[in-house]
Amino acid sequence: MTAMAPREQQHQVGEISVRMLRAGEGEPLLFLHGAGGWPGWIPFFDKLAAHHEVLVPEHPGFGTLEKAAAIRDIADMAMYYLDFLDGLGAERVHLVGNSLGGWIAAEVAVRNCARLQSLCLISPAGVRVKGVPIGDNFIWSPEEAARNLFHDQAFADRMLAITPTDEEADRLLTNRFMAARLGWQPRWFDPALERWLHRITVPTLVLWGENDKFLPSAYAEPWRERVPDVRVETIVACGHLPHVEKADVTAEKILAFLDGRRA
Amino acid sequence: MKFVCFHLMPYRPLDMAARKQHRSAWVVLPNSLYDPVKGAEEYESYLDQLTYAETLGFDAVGVNEHHQTAYGMMPAPNLIASALIQRTKKVKVAILGRALPLTSNPIWIAEEFAMLDNLSKGRIIAGFVRGIGTEYHATGLNPSFSLERFQEAHDLIVGAWTRPGPFEFEGEHFNFRYVNLWPRPYQTPHPPIWIPSMGSSETIRWAASSERKYPFLVTFSAHELVARYLNLYRDAAKQFGYEASGDQLGWAAPIYVADTDERARVEAKAGIESLFNDYLANPWEMLLPPGYTSLSSMKNTMRVRKALGSRAGKLTIDDLAESGTVVVGSPRTVREKIERMRDLTGFNILVSLLQFGVLSNELTRRNMEMFASEVMPHLKA
Repeated sequence: MTAMAPREQQHQVGEISVRMLRAGEGEPLLFLHGAGGWPGWIPFFDKLAAHHEVLVPEHPGFGTLEKAAAIRDIADMAMYYLDFLDGLGAERVHLVGNSLGGWIAAEVAVRNCARLQSLCLISPAGVRVKGVPIGDNFIWSPEEAARNLFHDQAFADRMLAITPTDEEADRLLTNRFMAARLGWQPRWFDPALERWLHRITVPTLVLWGENDKFLPSAYAEPWRERVPDVRVETIVACGHLPHVEKADVTAEKILAFLDGRRA
Repeated sequence: MKFVCFHLMPYRPLDMAARKQHRSAWVVLPNSLYDPVKGAEEYESYLDQLTYAETLGFDAVGVNEHHQTAYGMMPAPNLIASALIQRTKKVKVAILGRALPLTSNPIWIAEEFAMLDNLSKGRIIAGFVRGIGTEYHATGLNPSFSLERFQEAHDLIVGAWTRPGPFEFEGEHFNFRYVNLWPRPYQTPHPPIWIPSMGSSETIRWAASSERKYPFLVTFSAHELVARYLNLYRDAAKQFGYEASGDQLGWAAPIYVADTDERARVEAKAGIESLFNDYLANPWEMLLPPGYTSLSSMKNTMRVRKALGSRAGKLTIDDLAESGTVVVGSPRTVREKIERMRDLTGFNILVSLLQFGVLSNELTRRNMEMFASEVMPHLKA
């Protein structure tokens, strides 16, 4: 497979304009990133873009807080993405999200699945399992965060070896601000969401890294129990970011799931 | 100059070896390290010290609010204020302050202050603060909304104190069909409001505005920062069209006085260094949770200012005295340092922390006595 160069464009929804990468052809697949921020174009997307038109927007409030004042909580973010989907020009999309992005995707889906063809949640936040504490990413030092996000510490080592420029540091700080706005309290979940998971009427795949130290894999259970048409799969020897740490396996599982649905 | 004898009420019997195994003396430090028998003795000693401050001629005694920490044993400072009211006759009782954003119902704060004001027949000074960053870990409150909640809670409390009730309060965070305070405050129109702060420019402008003119206290900062922030307040006042008086400008600092500079340094060393290195030190993730400050000032902070107590390596009493964060020395040295700040800023409220860290009762008492007899009289005029 050859890597393809994504196009970067500004995508406008109401007052808010965000960066979005797109590449590939086929049924559109929209990827929603996690609290760490917009990933840019990573190898995982190449795999998906061999079969789909892949769209990777940055969430409002990430990278810059400008114009994001109206996004005060996860419900606002869900409504924003419903607008986003209405304005995309595609009839329906495959919606994929990791962590915070998975949470947003689920909040969209419980509100309205009309624009969705399928849903794929990679270690999503949004639902709490009592008695199973999650990691406190807001108290972790940068070193702890890197170590706890990955199972294979070589990924953490690479992340820690990078010294961000002032501009990058500012963006990371901005992401942290927006992440706190959405996820500080209740910590990384919405008490209402679990009650409405039965409203997800599209085929759903839930993927979880078996060694996730931020959201333990036990957090897959409520999704398995309450989403009507759901398949849950574990990714072995993997932390919280399977699309980074196990990009090939994760992409293959998603493509197989989407393929199976078409057949 | 007006003098406040301020206390943090640290838990001194802390096992420091155990403390060092944790990232902070706040929030994550296991409370198995708190011994209630020793803690009860601490409260008794500290109440005695603050009561003695009245005898020594201080204008006010001061307490404050912190949660889940060995740094200070006053999660509910109004309880201490109430005890102090019973033990004193004339001295003002300053709560510096209550953390307004942390409560779900700010009317409780208005009610408690009004009660204290009645109980003391008008001796209360009401400090309003945001609470330091760690409080947002301790309470779970979202720091993103801290400033909004502070300002809204302030409007609600001042409204409750001054507007005829019942009235309705309609806010973003707080909504009440009935606001109708019983009792109303003893002082008219309400207890003085002071704003202790570590110096955010937003807070300085807000406090200085002409409809508020709230005294602003800079806490625990290097000499040049204290001078800069107090002068920022002066400048802000000028922009609002008036000249700030010295009674609007306060400086809060740990102070230790002994016969000689050297003796003061030796006696204060363990107390000062434990205050900054063991009790106050916090990683920046705890001290500055995201959203607690504006993004622009956070960017600035991360680039320019080393967060208090979070820099690598231990602070020594010499570093802290050199930067003017603490004032330690003979009566003459201490007087000169205070006078220098007065020359630079015109400030007229000195909030002195005369017990700090592990400083013993005996040394605290000597410090208080010497400060009251050798420093205060020279500056009172």
